[in-house]
Amino acid sequence: MAGATSTLTASQRFESRSATRDHGVVRALLLALGLGFFVLFLILPLVVVFAEALRKGWETYWAALVEPDALSAIRLTLLAAAIAVPLNLVFGVSAAWAIAKYQFRGKALLTTMIDLPFSVSPVIAGLIYVLVFGAQGWFGPLLEGYDVRIIFAVPGIVLATIFVTFPFIARELIPLMEAQGSEEEEAALVLGASGWQTFWRVTLPNIKWGLLYGVILCNARAMGEFGAVSVVSGHIRGMTNTMPLHVEILYNEYQFAAAFAVASLLALLALFTLAVKSVIEWRASPTSTPGTRPEEPRT
Amino acid sequence: MAATASRRVLPGFGLTLGFTILYLSLIVLIPLSAVFVKTATLSPEQIWAQISAPRAVASYRLTFGASLLAATVNAVFGLILAWILVRYSFPGKKLVDALIDLPFALPTAVAGIALAAIYAKNGWIGQFLEPHGIKIAFTPAGILVALIFIGLPFVVRTVQPVLQDLDAEFEEAAASLGATRWQSVTRVVLPAILPALTTGFALAFARAVGEYGSVIFIAGNMPLVSEITPLIIITKLEQYDYAGATAIATVMLLISFALLLVINLLQAWSARRGRKEA
Amino acid sequence: MSIRVENIDKRFGAFTALNDVTLDFRTGELTALLGPSGCGKTTLLRIIAGLETADSGRILIAGEETSDKPVRERQVGFVFQHYALFRHMSVFENVAFGLRVKPRRERPGEAGIRRRVMELLDLVQLAWLADRMPAQLSGGQRQRIALARALAVEPQVLLLDEPFGALDAKVRKELRGWLRQLHETLHITSIFVTHDQEEALELADRVVVMNQGRIEQAGPPQTVYEHPANAFVHGFLGASNILRGTIRDGLFHAEGASLPARNIHQSGGEAIAYLRPHELAIARRPDPAGIPAEIRRILAFGALARIELVTLAGRVPLEVELPQRDLAGLALNPGETVHLMPQGVNLFPSAEAAILPKPVLAKAG
Repeated sequence: MAGATSTLTASQRFESRSATRDHGVVRALLLALGLGFFVLFLILPLVVVFAEALRKGWETYWAALVEPDALSAIRLTLLAAAIAVPLNLVFGVSAAWAIAKYQFRGKALLTTMIDLPFSVSPVIAGLIYVLVFGAQGWFGPLLEGYDVRIIFAVPGIVLATIFVTFPFIARELIPLMEAQGSEEEEAALVLGASGWQTFWRVTLPNIKWGLLYGVILCNARAMGEFGAVSVVSGHIRGMTNTMPLHVEILYNEYQFAAAFAVASLLALLALFTLAVKSVIEWRASPTSTPGTRPEEPRT
Repeated sequence: MAATASRRVLPGFGLTLGFTILYLSLIVLIPLSAVFVKTATLSPEQIWAQISAPRAVASYRLTFGASLLAATVNAVFGLILAWILVRYSFPGKKLVDALIDLPFALPTAVAGIALAAIYAKNGWIGQFLEPHGIKIAFTPAGILVALIFIGLPFVVRTVQPVLQDLDAEFEEAAASLGATRWQSVTRVVLPAILPALTTGFALAFARAVGEYGSVIFIAGNMPLVSEITPLIIITKLEQYDYAGATAIATVMLLISFALLLVINLLQAWSARRGRKEA
Repeated sequence: MSIRVENIDKRFGAFTALNDVTLDFRTGELTALLGPSGCGKTTLLRIIAGLETADSGRILIAGEETSDKPVRERQVGFVFQHYALFRHMSVFENVAFGLRVKPRRERPGEAGIRRRVMELLDLVQLAWLADRMPAQLSGGQRQRIALARALAVEPQVLLLDEPFGALDAKVRKELRGWLRQLHETLHITSIFVTHDQEEALELADRVVVMNQGRIEQAGPPQTVYEHPANAFVHGFLGASNILRGTIRDGLFHAEGASLPARNIHQSGGEAIAYLRPHELAIARRPDPAGIPAEIRRILAFGALARIELVTLAGRVPLEVELPQRDLAGLALNPGETVHLMPQGVNLFPSAEAAILPKPVLAKAG
């Protein structure tokens, strides 16, 4: 966010000036309301996940994680992310280069289009691939002829994951590269660098934090996606279940401890993501702060 | 002068734009168009029958009602959180700031089962509410709780930077002109952050409307009572009723696009308001 | 290397940045492109560098057509207005960049690069900053590093976009002298863009005054200043007093005075006179060639004193500059009526005055 480090001094300044200082009672009330809400809605669910996961002890916890279906779900989740993130990375860099470095007609429209997957319900994200590749879909009969399965199989899961994580890296890079302008690239060209040299030696080092930020968020969503993947997965245990889907199955079978055990892995991933994100923000601030709102559509 | 200059001197325009459009079309545009193409194969009567079925209508009311309410709660508490993060210093502030984004990072299924475990009748909080006859999990109230959770960061993260950029001088000017603290907050600070607040509200609302993962675990999913629209689509798909699923998906998509348009307009407003008068 | 710019046109949408510009830059000369913002001077510089493409026209460097040559092959040194130092590289690496990206055959070895970079850093007197990052440098230091970086690739021509634009007044003055000295040593054909007429006149061998995408005048500083080709140039180069009047019998009649002028081309009709504040002498005695005016204010500090007056006839505000010593001798008082004797009157047809950005006492910069 806009510099956790600078907030401190800024807030102290606000608190020291008479015109911006809130009355003690108001301050206490707002702090109580805000932090109460924060604990109730954010901290409590997090605590519950770990507490429920360990309710029956470490052994049960461990057993739930090394059980073959759980392992296969973990593998599939890693696979989907390992395909979706690099593809969206290449796309994100390419889209940001085109949009930030050049003027052309329809640029605003293109930027909005890139954000589309964020405004589409995950369920619909799954549905569209069923309509395209499903048995009754556009390419269903054709694919069946070659005995290729996409829906209710791994390729469908990968596609749905790519869709829901599509904008993350692009939208992190576009504002960053727009803000940085093209002067350094122009300087590199004038000094005799080729296009690739300019990209690798000048552009990439300048966007590396924003890029990492986008990758981290993209990865978190890729591993955690539920709705879209649920539609295309077919829920075949040990075959087409990702970790979130595995959590659902266990939960619906009343294996709560096991469900929360797998969920706790995903929660750890979320905490790791937030930690890396905070470190990046701290590294990158205050000069080139990456966007703070990973999911909302931008103009 | 140079700002408006064309940048075609940098190489790679054709390659990057070409790849961007190709990938966008393959992954997003063509599959999305399938929804509309599929819907177009239905007769208007069929479409109307699908989208106006009592179960569907009840789900719209629930989805939009709960989303609206959740976004409102988030607007109020998101504003308070943004305010205390920018204006006050307190221990653990950096941690709070970092964890605000938890709903973005935590898989929705995990949030769903955690919330269900909290608000079920024998759950962490549910057990204390149960004796008073208050039920949250497996009722529309549970849906509201889930939607508040997933929408929480939006308002905080849109308001926070604007509040941060708002110089103390504005309030000092108001105070020097004789305004009370209440007047300077309501007449100077609030109008300045209103576009951001509205944007955050709209974002939280848009996100809530399409939410599925966190809701289904806590909703109970009773037709006509606690069944959200995305769930209807899934149910129809599981019954191989592709036409019905697609018709309802079209309604949701159109609403999402309308919201996207509204949000873009709001952000343009926000950007205009945010521009500093030099 | 000489540069020739031929019939260059450039439009950005509805805005005409350059309109049929033709110019010659002679080998080894330092030329200033001078004009108000939006006049097209930066665009012209960027077109010469190859950072922008002209809609039509040609650029010849050393007689060779370069219009289709990509930027990286033009061998121009370009110093950006905001320096564009690579923020993730040290000063040393910034200067070394141009050498490191050369094709392997032409690339000097590591020792060669090191020697060349240190040579350049010595030249700009900043060798002690080699390991710093750009963010740790002052504006003036960044400017000099940017220059060293541009010189590393041994450019045929050196282009500088508002080289002192982002610096404060004191550093600006220092660097100006330093850049002139550097030019004397290196003698690379150089072009710099500026909107500061003082900078252009003081630094350049030749000044090109531009306005609205066109060249108004090109020539040595002395000529441009003393014999401005038109009202715009006169107005842009230094402060001017403006009088409207008519031409009759070979004299310019305005504000109750009949003035001889340097350039009466018309036999009659309306005209506008441009008078530099230091070219007006103050007399107590009435004279047919003296403009009667009343003193409003006397600003007597610094080497030059400024006196603000209004003409008696038309209440036109005028300004006179004279050395402090002369002012003491005159013992003037506000409210007093005096007679202003112009020493040099430049006349322009009255229609031309319309293109002036600020008609009264236009002080550019």
